[in-house]
Amino acid sequence: MGMSRSMSVGKSTRNMALFSWLMVMLLVASTARAELLIRITEGADAAIPIAVVPFAESGAMPAGDKVSSVVQADLTMSGEFRPLEPSKMLSLPSKRSEVYFRDWRLLGQRYVLVGELTRNGERIQARYELFDVNREQRILGETAGASVSGIRSLAHHISDRVYEAITGEPGVFSTKLAYITLAINGNESVYRLQVSDIDGQRSKVRLESREPILSPAWSPDGKKLAYVSFETGKPVIFVHELATGERTKVADFPGLNSAPAWSPDGQSLLMTLSRDGNAEIYQMNLASGNTTKLTNHWAIDTEAAWDHAGRGVFFTSDRSGGPQIYHMERPGAEPRRITFGSRYNARARPDSKGEYVYYVHQRESTFHIARRNLKTDEETIITRTGSDESPSVSPNGRMLIYATQQGGKGVLTVVSADGGAAYSLPASEGEVREPAWGPISR
Amino acid sequence: MKVSAQNKVFAMLLSFGLVAGCSSTGETMDDGSYGSDVAAIDQEGGSTVYGGAEGDGVSSSSLSDEERQEARAQAEQEALRNITTFYFDFDTSEIKQDARDVLVAHARYLASNPRQQVRLEGHADERGSKEYNLALGERRANAVERFLVVNGASRGQIETVSYGEEKPVVRGSSESAWAQNRRVELIFQ
Repeated sequence: MGMSRSMSVGKSTRNMALFSWLMVMLLVASTARAELLIRITEGADAAIPIAVVPFAESGAMPAGDKVSSVVQADLTMSGEFRPLEPSKMLSLPSKRSEVYFRDWRLLGQRYVLVGELTRNGERIQARYELFDVNREQRILGETAGASVSGIRSLAHHISDRVYEAITGEPGVFSTKLAYITLAINGNESVYRLQVSDIDGQRSKVRLESREPILSPAWSPDGKKLAYVSFETGKPVIFVHELATGERTKVADFPGLNSAPAWSPDGQSLLMTLSRDGNAEIYQMNLASGNTTKLTNHWAIDTEAAWDHAGRGVFFTSDRSGGPQIYHMERPGAEPRRITFGSRYNARARPDSKGEYVYYVHQRESTFHIARRNLKTDEETIITRTGSDESPSVSPNGRMLIYATQQGGKGVLTVVSADGGAAYSLPASEGEVREPAWGPISR
Repeated sequence: MKVSAQNKVFAMLLSFGLVAGCSSTGETMDDGSYGSDVAAIDQEGGSTVYGGAEGDGVSSSSLSDEERQEARAQAEQEALRNITTFYFDFDTSEIKQDARDVLVAHARYLASNPRQQVRLEGHADERGSKEYNLALGERRANAVERFLVVNGASRGQIETVSYGEEKPVVRGSSESAWAQNRRVELIFQ
C-alpha cells in the first residue's frame, strides 16, 4: 500500500501562499485527486525556474516513470524549483551542442538540465549536463548508472546532484522516510512500520502488528531503525536491522521504554525509561546495554534528541507546570529552558547546522509546528494546519515532515523549512503518522 | 416469604436502580462529573439515601435493620465498582473529586480479595506530542495506582501500562471525544 503524492504548493508571497494553502485544504476535504492540487503551485514566484528536458533514450527503457519526470517532480516537491512544462519547450536538446541559451532565456529559465539514457543489458546508464542559462556555462556534467529496476533511484540521484550544484546544499531526494500506518477494520487495528522514498513511492512494510508501533528513529548510517512496539502488551524499544530484518529488544524495563534517539556515532540510544517510577531520560550503550541516567526530576522528562553538534541534548519536561523544551549543554548537565510564551511546547528536533530547532507548539487551542532560531530566539509558526505533531527535519535542513490531519485522517505533510511550500502524503488506506526522515547515505 | 441473602441484595440493587445508571454515566460523561447517582452517595452517604425502596413494591419488612444496612452497603459498593473508567482534565493526572469514592470501593475490594489482579491502562487525548502523551498516560495510571494503594490495595495486585494517545475510545477531534479519551481504565483479571 503506497502513499500517493497529492499536492505541492510553491512558495510565493505570504498571502498568496496562505491563499493557496486554504484552497488546498478545501480541495483536499472534498477530493483526494492529485491532479487538481498540483495546479495550485503555478503561483510559485520565488521558486527557481529550471527546464528539465526529457532525456534522449537509446535502447529499450522500462515502462512507467521517465527519469526526467521523476527529476522534475523531485525539484517541484522541494518547493525551491519551478520546472518548465516540457510542452512549452522550444527544443529538446540532449547535449551541449544542442542547447541554444537565447531560447531558454526567452522562456525565463535560469537552468537547463539535459541528458541521455543508454541501456546496457540490465543496466541503464545516464549522462547528464546542467547549464546556467545567464552565464551560458555548464555547471554539472556527469554519468551515473543503475539497474533497470532501479530507475527511480537513478532519477533521485540526478535530482540530488542538480539540487546541490544549484543550492550548494546536498539534495535529499535519495533519502528515505519511515512512518507508521494504521488501518482499522471493525475492531481490528493493524499498525505497520513502513519505509519509502520521500515522495511516498516504493514503500515497504517492515513490521506489522495488532498493537501500536511508534517513534521510529533512524540510525545515523540509515541501516537500522529503533522504535517502540506494544506487541508484548507494553512499550518496548527494539532495534531493527533493515537489510536482514533482524530485531533486538534493547529496552524492556518495567514501565515506559520510549522515545529512542540515536547518538551521532550510532553507539548509543537516548531513551525515556520510568523504571524508577517516573519518566526520565537515559543513555544506553548498545554494545553493553548499560544505562546512564541523564535527568532526575519528579516531572515528566522525555523526547530527547541530540543537538546538531552531538554534544548536548534537547528534551521535553513539564517541570515548570506544562511541557516545555529544555537543553542540556552536555548529558547530565543542568538543563536550561528554551521555550516560553505558550503553555505547550514539546518534542524538539534540531536541524543539522544548529540554526533552528522545531517543535510541537500550542497557539490558542491549536497545535502547530514552530521553529525557533537558536541564535536570536525568534519563534515562527511554520505550519498552517492544526493537530500537528511529530516534526522531523530533512538531513539538509531545508524541509520538514510532520503528521497532521485532513478530513479526520492522519496524513504526513512536508513543508519547506520556512513553511512556504508543502506537499502531503496521505495513506492510500487508513492513516499515516510518526514520520522519521532518514539520513543521507554516503 | 423466604428470601436468601443473595436475593435480598439483588432486590436492593434493583430498587436502587443503580447498576446500569452508574456505569452509563461513567462511560459517557464528558464534563468531569459522574452524574447524580454517584453524587447522591457522596453527599448523603449510606443507607438513608435510598428510602424509595418501599415505593417500588419490594417488601423490605422481612429484613432486619442490620441486614438492610449491610445489604445496602454491599450494593452500594458493588454499584460503585461498576465504574471502571476515570477521566482527567487536559495535561493533568489529578484524580477528580467525584472519582474518589469509586476508587475507594475498588481499593477495598482489592484489599479483601488479595488474589485479584488489576491492570491500569492510562490514556491521553490526541493533542500534543505522542511521546509526552505516553508519559502522561503513565502518570495518570500511577496516580490511580497510588490512590488504590493508599486505600488498602497492595502494589503487587496492580500492573500499570500507558498507551498514550494510541488507543482512543472515541475517534475524532472534538472536546467530547478528547474528554472521553483522557482516562485510566481498570481491567480486572
